[in-house]
Amino acid sequence: MRRARMGVTALLGAAAVFASMSLAMAETTLKVVPQADLKNVDPVWTTAAITQNHGYMVYDMLFSMDSKLQPQPQMVDSWKTSDDGLTWSFTLRDGLLFHDGSPVESKDAIASIKRWSVKRADGQALMTRVKEIVAVDAKTFEIRLEKPFGPMLSVLANPTLPLPVMREEEAQTDPNTQVTTIIGSGPFVFDDKAWVPGDRVVYRKFKDYKPRSEPVDGFSGGKVAKVDTVEWIYIPDTNTATQALMSGEVDAYEIPPLDLMPMLKADPNITVKVLDTLGKMGHIRPNHLYPPFNDVRARQALQLLVDQREFLAAQVGNPEFETVCYAVFMCNSALESEAHAEPWMKPNPEKAKELLAAAGYNFKDPIVVMLPTDQQIIYNNILVMVGKLKEIGVNVDAQAMDWSSLTSRRAKTDDPNTDPKVGWHIFPTWWTGVPMSSPLTNAPLVSTGDPKTAWFGWPKDDEIERLRAAFMDAGTKEEQMKIVDALQKRFYEFIPYLNTGQFVTPVAWRNTLKGVPNALLFVAWNIEKTE
Amino acid sequence: MIALILKRLVATAFVMAFVAFFVFGLLHLAPGDPAAVIAGDIATKEDIERIRATLGLDLPFHTQFLNWLGAIMQGDLGTSIFSGRPVSELILQRVEPTLALTTTTILLSVVVAIPLGIAAAWRAGSWIDRTMMGFAVLGFSVPVFVFAYLLIMVFAAQLKLVPVMGYVSPFKDLGGFLRAIALPTVALGVTYVALIARITRASMLEAINQDYIRTAHAKGLGIVPILFRHALRNASVPIVTTVGIGIALLIGGVVVTESVFAIPGLGRLTADSILRRDYPIVQGVILIFSGIYVLINLTIDIIYILVDPRIRY
Repeated sequence: MRRARMGVTALLGAAAVFASMSLAMAETTLKVVPQADLKNVDPVWTTAAITQNHGYMVYDMLFSMDSKLQPQPQMVDSWKTSDDGLTWSFTLRDGLLFHDGSPVESKDAIASIKRWSVKRADGQALMTRVKEIVAVDAKTFEIRLEKPFGPMLSVLANPTLPLPVMREEEAQTDPNTQVTTIIGSGPFVFDDKAWVPGDRVVYRKFKDYKPRSEPVDGFSGGKVAKVDTVEWIYIPDTNTATQALMSGEVDAYEIPPLDLMPMLKADPNITVKVLDTLGKMGHIRPNHLYPPFNDVRARQALQLLVDQREFLAAQVGNPEFETVCYAVFMCNSALESEAHAEPWMKPNPEKAKELLAAAGYNFKDPIVVMLPTDQQIIYNNILVMVGKLKEIGVNVDAQAMDWSSLTSRRAKTDDPNTDPKVGWHIFPTWWTGVPMSSPLTNAPLVSTGDPKTAWFGWPKDDEIERLRAAFMDAGTKEEQMKIVDALQKRFYEFIPYLNTGQFVTPVAWRNTLKGVPNALLFVAWNIEKTE
Repeated sequence: MIALILKRLVATAFVMAFVAFFVFGLLHLAPGDPAAVIAGDIATKEDIERIRATLGLDLPFHTQFLNWLGAIMQGDLGTSIFSGRPVSELILQRVEPTLALTTTTILLSVVVAIPLGIAAAWRAGSWIDRTMMGFAVLGFSVPVFVFAYLLIMVFAAQLKLVPVMGYVSPFKDLGGFLRAIALPTVALGVTYVALIARITRASMLEAINQDYIRTAHAKGLGIVPILFRHALRNASVPIVTTVGIGIALLIGGVVVTESVFAIPGLGRLTADSILRRDYPIVQGVILIFSGIYVLINLTIDIIYILVDPRIRY
């Protein structure tokens, strides 16, 4: 009898140990509803935000921005600059590996810089000053310049269109051809076999990733993967996604709809927090190639129609997330300044009408305005402008279309006055705050007038271009702010585009998640999932 | 019957050739440019043009069509412009959820609607009839997504009996599959229950008033054999037609339900591909759908013969 009891006790003990081992070995999966469907996987080939987020999962970067948007080393262990500022030397950290086990070397970094810079405005600005990029040894490489380039580290740490370090063989792919073999050195591995485009993306923890020792801060610091698997589950219906978060079927929702925010905030199991404090800026772009908006007076007329509070009410509808902002480089940014904007802060429809007339508009010819009906925030933005134009007697030809049609039509340089079915006068969009916060990355500010290099709308202003180039030479914050002041002044003289209000979109996650980093977007490292 | 099948199969080839040209032309004529979508918001015109060239979208229309047609003839549906994956692989990934949803919806619709329609016809003019037809009107009138949201709110969010969204393969977890597919099936099935019930009622009313039914009553036959063995059999042709059309419509009409319940099916794949102008996927899916529709019609015609021996082709 005693032996039987001992046997049972031993069995129970073994069962308990086995159960605890099973629990310990049970995989944790973080389920996130991403902001969009991941359609393509090469973050250099496309500028789509979701693909950049994907890039953050699987690739590592030479430098990354911290929570104060200051560049910090990530893959780089140390760097130095020559006294004349013409030679930058970077040494990679020890032990960096790609997901296939091969070491990360200088050649990979160099090829990645070259490929990335072809497609990025700040990268292009950098390359205009680069003489050569050479590998000194397997871990050290140098960027040798012909002229000093002050924002070097900020460019390499670009947070919105980051520089992913790929293996040399992938990085040597033509930047206009998509890389489909996704092998990075980031904290997670892309599970290509589990990817169901339009539904689900799966990432597995990279067990050989070597994080930095510093605590995580923004995109910088130690990227420790504390979950085994991350699943991006694309749920196109916002109501369903919200319910899925509230019922615990997913753990986080990257951009919940603002009108359902009260429901999420009322749920005691959910945290709602703004991670991207810069947020976004509503944007309206006139066509600078043709009348009337090739005349600055017509553009000034548009500016005088903008009351940002009204536009924000339409775009967002929740003052908690809205900011009236007349800073060209965003409010709450390192280069924030609202100088020279004061005359434009109060709308003046009568003056707007006068200016339009002075620009030669006859109030009979149709003004073609593109309306993307499947993009709610952007659609609401332009509807307000359509209303304002009609109030002052403009003959608005508001053409409804889906976003895909708009993106292809805005690339057309046909004259809307002679071909209103092909050309356009005005289109709306919004911009994320980070690229707008620097003269180097603010794409709509580029005023070369060249359809090949300028963003749609194609403004031409030599003064803005001179100031943007001068910014590259600015070495100190004081010098930069002088140029920002001059750009503010010129912006409100020339009006390359209209800002219609800054707003933020919070992220929502269940309280079972601990350690969500304060990066500009919801990143998966450092997050623990508790039950 | 063999001759019928062979004739239909030959016709299928012509139908699909016409559909191929029509769909290809329509897609390329429609506004929108996948290269612009791929390039993203920060791209320039030059970026877009480079991508177009890389993808072969700058080639003349007839060259693109002939290239695509040539590939189709070899069984190659092409490659997604966006993901770079074979269209056939993407379709195969998505066909199971759509087939599962379609099958459960039709099964539920038939199992519920036919008895409802029979009961309504049998008790024509009574409160049973009026109640059934009232529900039928509701089923037609209320959009699928409204039903879907209501079901989610009650059964998933409040009662937590079933999940809010997603799809589970029956081959991996049958219980999970049934739980996940329940709400989408009911949401989608309501309209088809309404449709089939009404058609059943109308057909049965016609059959019930025939002399042979009166004779069956006079001979003392029970109501169940009268309704199900005699009347239903004679009323079945329109019902079978409606069910067949319903299957065909369902395959293309699941997109709203798949979107609301986040089911990774063909409907969502097609809708997403149309919105982003992923031409190869849209072309491939529509080509396959057209083939399926022809086969469904053929199947219905064969079922007619089995159900009603008087029908000959």
